[in-house]
Amino acid sequence: MARNKTVEASGTVPSGDVVLKTENLGISFGGLKAVQNLDLTIKKGQLYGLVGPNGAGKTTVFNMLTGVYKPTTGRFYLCGENLTGKGQETINHKGIARTFQNIRLFNNMTVIRNVMVGLHNQPEFKCGVFTSMFRLPRHFKVEKAMRERAKEILRIVGLEEERNLLSCNLPYGKQRKLEIARALATNPKLLCLDEPAAGMNPNETADLMRIVRRIRDEYDVTILLIEHDMKFVSGLCDEITVLNFGTVLAQGSPDVALNDPEVIKAYIGG
Amino acid sequence: MSKLKSIKWKHYVNYILVGIAAVVFTALSFAGELNSSTLVLLEKVTIAVMLAVSLSLVVGFLGELSLGHAGFMCVGAYLGGKAAVLLQPSLGEWPALVISLLVGGAVAAVFGVIIGLPALRLRGDYLAIVTLAFGEIVRTVFMNADEDLFGGTLGLSTPRFDKHYLFIIAFVLVLLCLWVSQNIIRSKHGRAITAIRDNEIAAKATGINVTKYKLVVFTVSSFFAGIAGVLYSYSNTTVQSDVFDYNYSIAILVMVVLGGMGNLTGSIIAATVIISAQVFLQTGLTGDLAVLQNVVYALITIVVVIYNNAPSLKGFRDKYNLGNLVKKFRKPDPASVHDDEAKWDRVPTKIDMDEVLSTDIQPSSPFTPDKPDKGAN
Repeated sequence: MARNKTVEASGTVPSGDVVLKTENLGISFGGLKAVQNLDLTIKKGQLYGLVGPNGAGKTTVFNMLTGVYKPTTGRFYLCGENLTGKGQETINHKGIARTFQNIRLFNNMTVIRNVMVGLHNQPEFKCGVFTSMFRLPRHFKVEKAMRERAKEILRIVGLEEERNLLSCNLPYGKQRKLEIARALATNPKLLCLDEPAAGMNPNETADLMRIVRRIRDEYDVTILLIEHDMKFVSGLCDEITVLNFGTVLAQGSPDVALNDPEVIKAYIGG
Repeated sequence: MSKLKSIKWKHYVNYILVGIAAVVFTALSFAGELNSSTLVLLEKVTIAVMLAVSLSLVVGFLGELSLGHAGFMCVGAYLGGKAAVLLQPSLGEWPALVISLLVGGAVAAVFGVIIGLPALRLRGDYLAIVTLAFGEIVRTVFMNADEDLFGGTLGLSTPRFDKHYLFIIAFVLVLLCLWVSQNIIRSKHGRAITAIRDNEIAAKATGINVTKYKLVVFTVSSFFAGIAGVLYSYSNTTVQSDVFDYNYSIAILVMVVLGGMGNLTGSIIAATVIISAQVFLQTGLTGDLAVLQNVVYALITIVVVIYNNAPSLKGFRDKYNLGNLVKKFRKPDPASVHDDEAKWDRVPTKIDMDEVLSTDIQPSSPFTPDKPDKGAN
């Protein structure tokens, strides 16, 4: 899984261990400044949390990092490579994968095929359109290998048994896990999880925490997550950033940041 | 027997269907049992099947609505027909056929790329309008082109291929079209294509090259439409541009929709039934009853659509469903339950048109910026 780490020659290039660095990142829709002056530094192997009240701009940050929106100010770097303003597909190829707040699975496909779509661009499963069109031997080899790898990934999130069900028939919590599996299949450096525990019961949440830790440890990815469940965040994250109205309220370890008077004010409305 | 069971029959049902028809009709033809009107009907049916299968790639699997399929066919018919006219005297019948098929298909494929390019930016209804306009433009251009070149309003006179062989060639080409289409669908590329249909935003976020796959599908689809056009030019002795109007495109779309979106077997059956019904109505209802042709045809279409989709008829459908009847006589194979391959080409058979159209990005809904709640605090 060698990746070419092309480092931009210009400007301030973050050093080796930093996976994601944003500088003064911001976006405005008309007159509305949805996010402004966001500076994040996420180190390799970190579990980083992004929290804030509803409408704070958390998902907007994700949308900027994954290329859905083009930031109006600032830049962001993945492992030193400037990805600002790149398209969604390019950003995914470079190594940022995400899940969605409102689940977006390929509903008419089985669970395993959802994951196999995630594996589509992996270099070891390269197979041209004509190779498939004329059923050359490589096609069968690739299909088999993809299926095996997809099963492996499903095992991590605990969906191996359900692999032949249509993904729309899965219960909500499992759909969320499947989204994580699909994002993981694209072999990202940075995995962005948008409210992974939303709609889950306490058991499922605990299970998810285990899964997220395991993914970080076994797959060598850095994880950025949005979450409202404070227990989930403080139990899992190494460092968090609290947003409100698009600006950073506090940054630091969960204990410190969540006890910041500004943060308490924003949440409870003191 | 166990080896027979291990074969995934579902993968081959289309080939078997078309193959059996090809063998049976070839045998009948050589035995001299088929009159010329049946041979012409067979040609019409195979052309329609090819059109329906190729359109099904775009509408059923990619989820884009194309209303210009007759336009691609028109390009193939005119250019393939012209190639046949030019080449037949010098090269003889068979080489001319092969070359004109390739020419018609290739030029139509080029037009597919040209139409595919805006398709990357347009979605749903807008793409439908662009393809509709494309079909009309192509038709009008050929009608007003130089009379020596394409025959103008009178149409291009093309050589008629021996009718005892043309339908066999058409069957072979349908099999080829099915083979290529199914191979694409049942590969990682087919997965990417259906992923784009199911959820384009998620497909992009998963790193699928949406642009590339839309172009691939448009190109393959228009290639086979072009080949169907060449067959048409060989089947009819004249190619007139009036034929390829939007009604023709809609007729092909009706075949795809009736057969069930993303269901190639359905498309094949629907194309066969519709063309046969049309021909039988034309020959059966003559004289004063001729006005009823379209009425009866429309009624049949409405009944089929209602039968297939009405929720209140679901119980009835399940009871008399051919697939369910077959299942009753077959013991369920426990091995197949946990077999990935068994559900490999699982695609929805009945997507509402609305649903196909609504897979697009509605610029306002999915990614509305989180608006800060100004009322708080």
